[in-house]
Amino acid sequence: MKAVYFAWVRERIGKAEEEIAPPADVATVGELIAWLSARGDEYAHAFEKARIIRAAIDRTHVKHDAKIAGAREIAFFPPMTGG
Amino acid sequence: MATIRVQAEDFDAAAEAAALTRGRADIGAVVTFVGLCRDEGGRLAQLEIEHYPGMAEQELARVAQEAETRWPLLGATIVHRFGAIAPGAQIVLVVTASAHRGAAFAAADFLMDYLKTRAPFWKRAHRRGGGVEDWVEAKSSDSEAAARWRAGD
Repeated sequence: MKAVYFAWVRERIGKAEEEIAPPADVATVGELIAWLSARGDEYAHAFEKARIIRAAIDRTHVKHDAKIAGAREIAFFPPMTGG
Repeated sequence: MATIRVQAEDFDAAAEAAALTRGRADIGAVVTFVGLCRDEGGRLAQLEIEHYPGMAEQELARVAQEAETRWPLLGATIVHRFGAIAPGAQIVLVVTASAHRGAAFAAADFLMDYLKTRAPFWKRAHRRGGGVEDWVEAKSSDSEAAARWRAGD
């Protein structure tokens, strides 16, 4: 699946998007955040306040307990500041 | 069916409002809200607005649909800009049209509250003199403003 990152999540990780292949036991958005956080310091930094990170699956907002099975694109970003 | 646009270019609020009412006589009220790039203390060189292409449009459309289920709207337009925005320049436009002003005012208020907490846009301030400030932090007052529309649901 494709992971996409925005704003300071993107800057901390150092890339806007990438293909990821989490193991089968990573079932939810929250578990995916934990799995990504273990990939390196830049990910750990981006997700250090995991609770405030927002996620979207295929461009729809989801909570951290959402299942990721079947997702094509998972986005991670800070709370939104538009308007 | 609302008109939704996400664009780098500026917009013409009067033209957008006129487009909603052109050729019809059933609309009794149009509310136009324009959000501007505010400079506090003369320190802002520009705002940079990042967005999630595709989802930004989709989320604005969802918010507009939600407004249409709550109020008898006869038209709605949302335009949100991205990219570099100069102090004093326009950022966001919400236009609502209805038979009566109550629905038009309430729907415009609702749309702004909801899009601030749901539409994937992020602002960053650039200071005068070349410094880049950190990303603008989400305000809890914005979430509270959005939450008041859910009270009693």
